[in-house]
Amino acid sequence: MAKLTFHGVGIKAMSACVPRNIVYNKDLDYLIPEEEIEKTINNIGIEQRRIADDDVTASDLCYKAARQLMDDNDIDPASIDVLLFMSQTADYRIPATSCIMQQRLGLPRETMCFDISLGCSGYLFALTTAFAYAQMEGVNRVLLLDGETFSKIVNRRDKVDWPLYGDAGTATLVEKGDFGPSTFLLYTDGSGERALKIHAGMRNPITPESCIEREQEEGNIRSDLEVFMDGMDVFNFAISKVPKSIKQLLKETGMTIDQVDYMVFHQANRFMMDFFVKKLKIAPERVPYCIHKYGNTSSASVPLTIASELCGRLNGDNTVIMSAFGAGLSWCSAVMNMRDCAVSPVIEY
Amino acid sequence: MRLDEFIENFADLFDETDPDTIQATTRFKNLEEWSSLVALSVIAMIDEEYDVEFRGDDIRNSNTVEDLYNIVKERVEIE
Repeated sequence: MAKLTFHGVGIKAMSACVPRNIVYNKDLDYLIPEEEIEKTINNIGIEQRRIADDDVTASDLCYKAARQLMDDNDIDPASIDVLLFMSQTADYRIPATSCIMQQRLGLPRETMCFDISLGCSGYLFALTTAFAYAQMEGVNRVLLLDGETFSKIVNRRDKVDWPLYGDAGTATLVEKGDFGPSTFLLYTDGSGERALKIHAGMRNPITPESCIEREQEEGNIRSDLEVFMDGMDVFNFAISKVPKSIKQLLKETGMTIDQVDYMVFHQANRFMMDFFVKKLKIAPERVPYCIHKYGNTSSASVPLTIASELCGRLNGDNTVIMSAFGAGLSWCSAVMNMRDCAVSPVIEY
Repeated sequence: MRLDEFIENFADLFDETDPDTIQATTRFKNLEEWSSLVALSVIAMIDEEYDVEFRGDDIRNSNTVEDLYNIVKERVEIE
């Protein structure tokens, strides 16, 4: 476990953008027996999701979110010292999408840009990077873009994955300021690498064969270019690791659960989050959910939940815990002081 | 831990299945109500009640309720 503590930096503003196109899980009768659809929706808690058009990428969604954030807060592009783009659905294999975004957002050539790639825990790992740079001499502002379009890498005839995933792009402005300390606990367990995986890559080079859709376990259909998830292993991982990491975080920071104003979980599935709430004995009204509207948007889900549910509610001082977990396996729980954070309402692309 | 208690906890996870029909020898994957979502609630129940990590393969490799019980029992004893 890596324990990181930051002083004098924090999140100044946040925004999010989702595709306009809505897909309803009640229409999944081609994939799930009709009598099981309602039960499935209740259990995973996902009624609808936003799906990007073929020509819209995660960076397009992030671009629009970033423009909104910069307009709403009167941010001069020249004041952005570092731009980070966190995604597993980047525009190209080469170059890094952050470089393209530097030009598109009108940031100066002096802006340092690079991409970060990680699973659903990615936002919090990227946020530590943003905080670390913002704390350094010579850096005042870091713009973190986190967006995913899993609809492009999930097969529509995969009944484990397709009902879960939605698309979203977010922007987070991190800067130096009069913020209280923040603490992140970060963990990795590569022994679980197969639980969530896309096989094709450099290890298994892409060939014409990789594109062929095949029937896999339990009748699910996918190609080697699409996401596989062992739902039971991921569930076991999350329920055994996430509550423990939050208890550890409270212990390390000498806090009690009652001092937490909001606890924002990666929106994986409703049943899982309800389990966390029960296990941690946190008041449910302090746990925002947006999974019913947007599904699981992978690493974008924590910032999307804040934009969707905490817009206008982060005035003054707030103690916020964020917790995210996913492919790797990788997980992180963090507590931070959010002071007068300007959250823009979610916009559509 | 006791087998009858485990069976009771297991039977509680079902909404429509009569608890009396669930016994140690019940082949749970043949139950009409069995689904991948019930499988997740089995994993959650085992974590909550017995503080044992239960993986997908543990469920895949089990046939009867007693098979599940034996895996949990073994892990409780190791700890």
